Amino acid sequence: MEAIIDLLQQNALMPRADMAKLLDMKTEDVEATIAGLERDGVILGYQAIINREKWETEKVTAVIEVKMTPERDGGFDRVASRIAKFEEVQGCYLVSGGYDLLIIVEAANLRGAAAFVAEKLSTIDAVQATATHFRLKTYKENGAFHQMETTPERLAVSP
Amino acid sequence: MSIQIADHVRDIPRSGIRDFFEVVQTMSDVISLGIGEPDFATPWHIREAAIYALEKGRTGYTSNLGLPRLRRSISEYVHRHFQLRYDPHEEILVSVGVSEAIDLALRALLNPGDEVLYHEPCYVSYAPSIVLARGVARAVQTRAEDGFSLRAEDLEAAITPKSRVLMLNFPTNPTGATMEPAEWEKIAALCVRHDLVVLTDEIYSELTFEGGVHTSIATMPGMKERTVFLHGLSKAFAMTGWRIGFACAPAALIEAMMKIHQYSILCAPIMGQDAAIEALERGENSVAVMRREYELRRNFITRALNEMGLECAKPKGSFYVFPKITSTGLTSREFSLRLLHEKKVAVVPGTAFGLAGEGHVRCSFATALDQIKLAMERTAEFCAELR
Repeated sequence: MEAIIDLLQQNALMPRADMAKLLDMKTEDVEATIAGLERDGVILGYQAIINREKWETEKVTAVIEVKMTPERDGGFDRVASRIAKFEEVQGCYLVSGGYDLLIIVEAANLRGAAAFVAEKLSTIDAVQATATHFRLKTYKENGAFHQMETTPERLAVSP
Repeated sequence: MSIQIADHVRDIPRSGIRDFFEVVQTMSDVISLGIGEPDFATPWHIREAAIYALEKGRTGYTSNLGLPRLRRSISEYVHRHFQLRYDPHEEILVSVGVSEAIDLALRALLNPGDEVLYHEPCYVSYAPSIVLARGVARAVQTRAEDGFSLRAEDLEAAITPKSRVLMLNFPTNPTGATMEPAEWEKIAALCVRHDLVVLTDEIYSELTFEGGVHTSIATMPGMKERTVFLHGLSKAFAMTGWRIGFACAPAALIEAMMKIHQYSILCAPIMGQDAAIEALERGENSVAVMRREYELRRNFITRALNEMGLECAKPKGSFYVFPKITSTGLTSREFSLRLLHEKKVAVVPGTAFGLAGEGHVRCSFATALDQIKLAMERTAEFCAELR
């Protein structure tokens, strides 16, 4: 099962028959395992990794550090899941260190992102402070490099 | 003027692989399964360590035997992985790849006319290296039905009073053969009885699959004192171009090998040695990741070959499969040339690795999966058209 997850993480579109050959399994068994993982919620979905440099869009991404006051019952969970529900929020993580929540926000443009921080995020009672960092350039995302390294030339045949 | 070449050099035949390489080179868009090196670049942390060393200005000669720190790393690595203890001060020599270490050992050991036994099919350099060291090369054939493992009885039949050295390479290039400890015991007993020195090239040992444990013949009773354990970083760590290998052997033999090494090579390049330290001390995880990838590709290529009617055992080590192609009615060379010309897929004829390779071809799965997949589709078409 772990091997199947590894392969899906590398390339979720890999034909299941190829996966079966790689793992020395039957195609039906690979399909059944994946279906099981989807049913059990281990696999939540499949997404494309987009190279923003090549896609003309005004969309902006920001990483926001959020310092919060935890609640007596439940710590950060209730407020964190409240924040996570905003559609601008693409990722939301409780982290150790100088702040508590790290959120990834995607908005249609700069104004949209600013409005989210000023009007939605900062106005939540438990939120003490925020620091917003806008993404300028991506070098690597989900294990994929945005600028491909050229493949070095190999000999055609070697001993 | 015509320059006269020394007889023993002139008489070495051209390598079968080189011949084939020249044909492939004239063609474009060939998918090559003929490459005997990892398709991965050296793991970044190793490259980065080498860059750091260069920035620090580490660009000089090293001790003839190799950097003391590298020899300590080798000693610990060999102990951890092979349960063999060698003294880093006098029992380890860092060479320019295992190839140089083989040459050093043979030149240090052989008097003209001494016989060296080796198993075929095997790596292309063994017989020429023996001849260049003025030895006599004696091949012991291995069989497809044994998975190309070496049988003690076949070895025994080849031993003569002139036999001095036995060369071994398990897992084997080109067959992927491995050895069971029980057979090692018998072979070790033969070596002791006939007083043979063993050169064991274990360059593919990390690439042992299905969680299998690699056993070195040097761990067998009475063997360490008569064995030159040869290993290097090229295959496991994807470091072919750095040219770092090493030999571990009794001090007197290392001293003799060092004499040749110091006058002919002086030392292995320091950049490679610095990179090797990082690899041996912190590279285990990178090796595990690559091994996992090779194992998946091995499963893929083995199944694909069997499905198209080319009988192919699943190798337990190395990154080669050695399918049998006799069902096509072609010889190894015909098969390889026609597959190349008709489908633009390069594999190496088994005969490039010795007579026992007839009826087989070597396919390397140190090639990206999409390339392997395409190569298998084309090879399947080729086989179907032959029927």
